[in-house]
Amino acid sequence: MALKIVKGSIDRMFDKNLQDLVRGIRNHKEDEAKYISTCIDEIKQELKQDNIAVKANAVCKLTYLQMLGYDVSWAAFNIVEVMSSSKFTYKVKIGLYAHVWICQEIGYISQYDTGVALTGLSCFVTPDLARDLANDIMTLMSHTKPYIRKKAVLIMYKVFLKYPESLRPAFPRLKEKLEDPDPGVQSAAVNVICELARRNPKNYLSLAPLFFKLMTSSTNNWVLIKIIKLFGALTPLEPRLGKKLIEPLTNLIHSTSAMSLLYECVNTVIAGHDVNGSPFLPPFSLALFLFLRFQLCVQKLRILIEDSDQNLKYLGLLAMSKILKTHPKSVQSHKDLILQCLDDKDESIRLRALDLLYGMVSKKNLMEIVKKLMLHVDKAEGTTYRDELLTKIIDICSQSNYQYITNFEWYISILVELTRLEGTRHGHLIASQMLDVAIRVKAIRVFAVAQMATLLDNAHLMTGNVQRKGICEVLYAAAWICGEFSEHLENPMQTLEAMLRPKVATLPGHIQAVYVQNAAKLFATLLKNQEGNTDRTAAQETSQLMIDRLPLFVQSANLEVQERASCILQLVKYIQKLQQKDVEVAEEVIALFAGELNPVAPKAQKKVPVPEGLDLDAWINEPPSESESEDEQPKAIFAKEEPKHSRARHTEVDEKELAKRREARKQEQANNPFYIKASPSSQKVYQEAPGVEHIPVVQIDLSVPLKVPGLPMSDQYVKLEEERRQKERVEKKKKEKKKRKEKRGGRGKKHDSGPESEEDITPAHMVDIVTEEMPLADSEKLPVRSHRAAEALKSPAEDGDAESPASQEPKKKSSKEKREKKKDKDGDRKVSVKNGNPTRETALWMYIYGAEIDIQGNLQDGSQVVVSVIFENKCDNFLKTMEFNVLDSLNSKLQRPEGSGPHDGLSVPFQLPPGVSNEARFVFTMQSIVMPQKLKGTLTFIIKNEDSSTHEKLDFKLHFTCSSYLITTPCYSDAFAKLLESGDLKCSSVRLEGVNMPFHHLLARICFHHHFSVVERIDSCASMYSRSIQGHHVCLLVKTSGQTVSIDAKCDEPTLLGNVLDEIKQTFSQC
Amino acid sequence: MIRFLLLFSRQGKLRLQKWFTAISEREKKKIIRDMTTMVLARQPRTCNFLHWKDLKIIYKRYASLYFCLAIENQENELIALEVIHRYVELLDKYFGNVCELDIIFNFEKAYFILDEFLIGGEIQETSKQIVNRAIEASDMLQEGDSSEWFEVELFG
Repeated sequence: MALKIVKGSIDRMFDKNLQDLVRGIRNHKEDEAKYISTCIDEIKQELKQDNIAVKANAVCKLTYLQMLGYDVSWAAFNIVEVMSSSKFTYKVKIGLYAHVWICQEIGYISQYDTGVALTGLSCFVTPDLARDLANDIMTLMSHTKPYIRKKAVLIMYKVFLKYPESLRPAFPRLKEKLEDPDPGVQSAAVNVICELARRNPKNYLSLAPLFFKLMTSSTNNWVLIKIIKLFGALTPLEPRLGKKLIEPLTNLIHSTSAMSLLYECVNTVIAGHDVNGSPFLPPFSLALFLFLRFQLCVQKLRILIEDSDQNLKYLGLLAMSKILKTHPKSVQSHKDLILQCLDDKDESIRLRALDLLYGMVSKKNLMEIVKKLMLHVDKAEGTTYRDELLTKIIDICSQSNYQYITNFEWYISILVELTRLEGTRHGHLIASQMLDVAIRVKAIRVFAVAQMATLLDNAHLMTGNVQRKGICEVLYAAAWICGEFSEHLENPMQTLEAMLRPKVATLPGHIQAVYVQNAAKLFATLLKNQEGNTDRTAAQETSQLMIDRLPLFVQSANLEVQERASCILQLVKYIQKLQQKDVEVAEEVIALFAGELNPVAPKAQKKVPVPEGLDLDAWINEPPSESESEDEQPKAIFAKEEPKHSRARHTEVDEKELAKRREARKQEQANNPFYIKASPSSQKVYQEAPGVEHIPVVQIDLSVPLKVPGLPMSDQYVKLEEERRQKERVEKKKKEKKKRKEKRGGRGKKHDSGPESEEDITPAHMVDIVTEEMPLADSEKLPVRSHRAAEALKSPAEDGDAESPASQEPKKKSSKEKREKKKDKDGDRKVSVKNGNPTRETALWMYIYGAEIDIQGNLQDGSQVVVSVIFENKCDNFLKTMEFNVLDSLNSKLQRPEGSGPHDGLSVPFQLPPGVSNEARFVFTMQSIVMPQKLKGTLTFIIKNEDSSTHEKLDFKLHFTCSSYLITTPCYSDAFAKLLESGDLKCSSVRLEGVNMPFHHLLARICFHHHFSVVERIDSCASMYSRSIQGHHVCLLVKTSGQTVSIDAKCDEPTLLGNVLDEIKQTFSQC
Repeated sequence: MIRFLLLFSRQGKLRLQKWFTAISEREKKKIIRDMTTMVLARQPRTCNFLHWKDLKIIYKRYASLYFCLAIENQENELIALEVIHRYVELLDKYFGNVCELDIIFNFEKAYFILDEFLIGGEIQETSKQIVNRAIEASDMLQEGDSSEWFEVELFG
């Protein structure tokens, strides 16, 4: 002891850190308070120092003391001071030290608390925490308890991820753990190393022998899978390893019954094969080995796919697709199987199979496969799957430049068939395919045009339905093909007719535009055909048709359509005029659309050689200066155009070139008699100024592009905006707002109302959320209250009704449940309900019989309970002057009118003629509701006979159970879950044996007797809720299996809960 | 590595969530919404795997409750199914004929079992017995704690 004191004083000479403090407290078990008070004194001293590190240390110690329950609020200022110090490390350390020391401190007491701390740590490892805790966790890795070691090993992985530097020092210990006697720790270590190796396999090659040993010895499939995964990562680096693995892997594949392990093996083999097979050719023998094991895999996969288990089927297909990349041939032999999978009812499996098909097609089987797919398209129900099928068909057919298509007529008809799909989104895709094929495959055009003409003819099929909007894109392609290759049309007149139908106006604008344009092309071809004939009227009729129909498009809202239509309309009108003069125009009209459009590959531009001396990256002009006013941003919108103009203006900046041109121009001007020469003065300026800017010609050029309508306008907006902003900036300096406006350009003002209106909306939202998430909000309680109050009045009345002899039996039960007390004339002769009919047994000459008492909590006031008593006169005489009195207890008092004494009775405000019943209500005030209460009382009354009247007295007991303090309150499951999550409820449970009733009866019973409501019920399990008059929440979880009912209960008041549970138990023991 | 585990009912009500990586609250909400709609839309008797972004979603339905596990791409789907099943077994063992409502009512226990089984997205313990023992032991510890607390209440 003396030694300790000495040691303590030596400690005091240096600054104690947290560790010392903890140790000190432990050493001073006998006089802990004293020791701590000295410590606090020291801390006070330390806090007064200027050194922030000392202060931080002090605060660390304070956190520990507070944890022990000492008040450290006096140091709040210092804590805040340290917390706000610029050095973040102090903050981290304070939190951290507290944490570590909690870990280690408790570590001595219980491994489980350390476990909890570690688990918690796994959720929030940050680089800082990882750095500071790495050492501590490493120590825990060799804890005596495997439970801690296991957790520490796994946490270490998280630490490595956040703080990789810790890996090197920790690695030897981690390696040690691979041979830990505890299988849990071992598997944890395997797990961690496997994960690490996946990130950087090279460093773990040296562990291969160890793992190899583990693999051959381990029987734990979880571990085996991890090891195999690890080898999967290692084999690409060390080919010899692969060779060595073949045998154990093959053994595993053959022997294991665990599908997960089999799948992992196959996967690893495939992956290993992938790497070994492709880039470096392995020696022949190895290749043979690989081939063998590979065949095995594919066979195994086939077994997987043929399995009835959907999961295995899916995985088999997934693995197949991996093999497909390297070995399409070996997969192709299983085509039948994969096609079968297309019939599967599971969408994911079908999608996987589709993926596989893509790689399996060849020239030979393409048509067959697509035919099969088309069948599926017809059958498919969901639009997503159908769309997927559609894109896959197109993908499969069009892959590598239509490599596998031998017959394009077939492909066109497939595309046309696809247009019949309802509700697809991929009309555009089909259209682009049609265009592509028609342009690139010349031989197909006749067929394509014929098909497209039919499509156009039947366009109403596509436009009619709103759902089919997506597909009408196809009409774009159809119209274009029919127009462009109109010479192949069999009946161009009919097609022209179809293109100019009024219904076309309902199509999207860009399609209409194509229609108009191609109608013109078609018109040109028609003219040519018809002018060849002797009959000229046909040609004129065609023109008339155009003139009749085109105005429809001229009125279109779409500018593009309008422009084209009006342009063509004028053209046709002109042609008509010429036709009337018998002029042949066809040739000239045809010339409008002469020339063939050729397909241009997307990369075609690359093939054009760059002319010598042309540097595409060099600036043609001086780049526009970057240093502009601070208000750069709004200008940037238009700045794009700025350099373009300048580039267009001065294609060459070369001084010499300019001079040469100027010279040439002068020459030309001089020679040109039409050129009005500038005045000599301007000419002079022109000559004198050598700079590009001073050339007047340039200035004129400049004004031309700027006259594009719209641009100067928007420029104005920018200016206006700038001016306005300038003003605003003076007014208020809100930077953010400004930015927003700058982006919006000229429309900024309108949008100003944006945020305001948003604000207008949000409260509405909030209201929604509140009502949704908090169904027990105050506002909602009110209706419940009034409802209950009404019921309190009603239910006794009902019970009164039920007291007809016919329903005697059920009534008895219910009255008992309601804590009914029966009173007969002689209070000491109480008759319990069970003992048959008291009327006969004790019939003297008068009874007050069956007074029912319904005890209800008063919701308006947490401390009031209303007792409704029904009095029924069973005798033949008149009862009057009834007086109700109860002996108050400390906890509960009968509410009496003001001015009456504490022992006065309350007079019942009615008289009872024979055979009549009536109800009276009495209010009791309760202090505490956690315990049940029994109150003794008496009822005095006068029996009035024909000739005399007798004074009588009846003793009774009022039993206030805890259940009677509960109020049936509905509760939504979300609110229920929230309530439980709040975590401040105490738990308790009971088990009822031999309850032989259906579950719903059981629930009904609890609801009825104990005022609970069912929150949720799932099979033979239900959660229930109730609230006491003082607002205690009571939650039940009732579960039944066989005749056993287990009730778990949670409540914020343990005593109340215990009593309620006892009462529930009682209820069920009586049945 | 396991990224997250979600338990939700047939009605799409979330019963338990465990995230093994740091994800913002908003992102979480979005993921939960995606998962419930995706998984609940699946037909019965179809395979239990889905692809979602760069993750594999493995789900399984037990009675009215869906267990939905997200794993990284290189992980083994079948082992993930085993993980789900093992967790259900553990719950069942602890609660006795486990029901969805057990998980709401004793959610802390459900989380605790999970924490004993998985840590940081990795399997911590493959043996059922050891997990059960750990849970029992910590239950005892907790009971000891609460009785102590109770005494303090009485005398304090």
